[in-house]
Amino acid sequence: MSERQIVIVASGGANIASLQFALQRLEVASAVSADAAEIRAASHVILPGVGAAADAMSRLRSSRLDNLIPTLQQPVLGICLGMQLLYEASQEGDARCLGIIPGRAARIAPSKDRPVPHMGWNTLDIRRPCALLAGLADGDYAYFVHSYALEVSAATVASTGYGAPFSSCVQWRNFYGAQFHPERSAAVGARLLKNFLAIN
Amino acid sequence: MRFRDHRVVGDILELAARYRDEGADELVFYDISASPEGRSVDRSWVTRVARTLDIPFCVAGGIRSVAQAEEVLASGAEKISVNSPALERPELIDALSQRFGAQCVVVGVDSQTFDHGYRVQQYTGDIERSRDTSRSTIDWVIEAQRRGAGEIVLNCMSNDGVRQGFDIAQLRAIREVCRVPLVASGGAGAAEHFAEVFQAAQVDAALAASVFHSGEISIPNLKRQLRRAGIEVRP
Repeated sequence: MSERQIVIVASGGANIASLQFALQRLEVASAVSADAAEIRAASHVILPGVGAAADAMSRLRSSRLDNLIPTLQQPVLGICLGMQLLYEASQEGDARCLGIIPGRAARIAPSKDRPVPHMGWNTLDIRRPCALLAGLADGDYAYFVHSYALEVSAATVASTGYGAPFSSCVQWRNFYGAQFHPERSAAVGARLLKNFLAIN
Repeated sequence: MRFRDHRVVGDILELAARYRDEGADELVFYDISASPEGRSVDRSWVTRVARTLDIPFCVAGGIRSVAQAEEVLASGAEKISVNSPALERPELIDALSQRFGAQCVVVGVDSQTFDHGYRVQQYTGDIERSRDTSRSTIDWVIEAQRRGAGEIVLNCMSNDGVRQGFDIAQLRAIREVCRVPLVASGGAGAAEHFAEVFQAAQVDAALAASVFHSGEISIPNLKRQLRRAGIEVRP
């Protein structure tokens, strides 16, 4: 355990404290950093995110992390907006993102029985086996808060239905993503974080 | 859970852990004495709650600026809820939503029933300062959404504390104009009331305090009953 060096990218998101507390509950220490050398040296990198895509990207650009992150070789986990940033673009503020995973986040279409933002507990449908999802099953509940989503694609390992199904967990090479908030998804979220930290 | 800050933090943490373990889906912490007294409050408890909880929680009470909201969110809360300060200065909703995103911004509305409709009440945490704003609840809910509220918690005061069930008629009327998640509050007295409000008023969530604090309704039992009634709930 001690050789693991977990770095949370200081992307300005408001959920960094909750994420650190969730890792502490797993008895795992983490550092928050925007320093390229520190991020590159990490065993696991977490890209959190709450807020707007364009803002988050401009913060990453100002610390030149937009060039660094796509080159990382260790496991990287994007959470919520952090997952959307792994894609090519987002409709939110017409933002160009990190361009690691093909696709573009689009606004969820609201309807009478499906308000947007999509906020609350919803179930996972597992699409293909993935180390991130070890021990998790179809129908497990996770906590979502988002207005934009990624459609199901080759990167999707779990989807969730809210109108059309969207990608709730993704994996693309060493890049992983969760559209929901594992740090606030009770036992399911804790398991996902634990799974991520066990990936080498 | 409603508390004034003389209540020791230990009580809050203990309750938070209990509800977490019982399967509550989200907790809301109301510092009900904060707004009427026009003061800012010591929020060191937010961090301690955030360490304890692995479910989302919202902090309400006395948040009257972007800076105060930032402090609460950075301490680990998912959402902040504004009520009286948003009535004093509705632009606060715009500012919070622009800074943190609509998903963080809950607008709490205390609403009273009159002969000619529903009206918003202010400073309800203090019986001496509590006042009728003469604003229509429906208009205020529309305005709050336009300004960037990501969720509305509607506390129907004529039902609050009476435990005879949620105010279905009012919640239905608000549901008609509410395109963001709507949370029903006020009136829960029995498990059937929860089933009723989900089915009859199509709310996204239902909130209660005293029936849970007292143990009259246990969360696991409530969830079992809701599932039997065909309502999808997290186990």
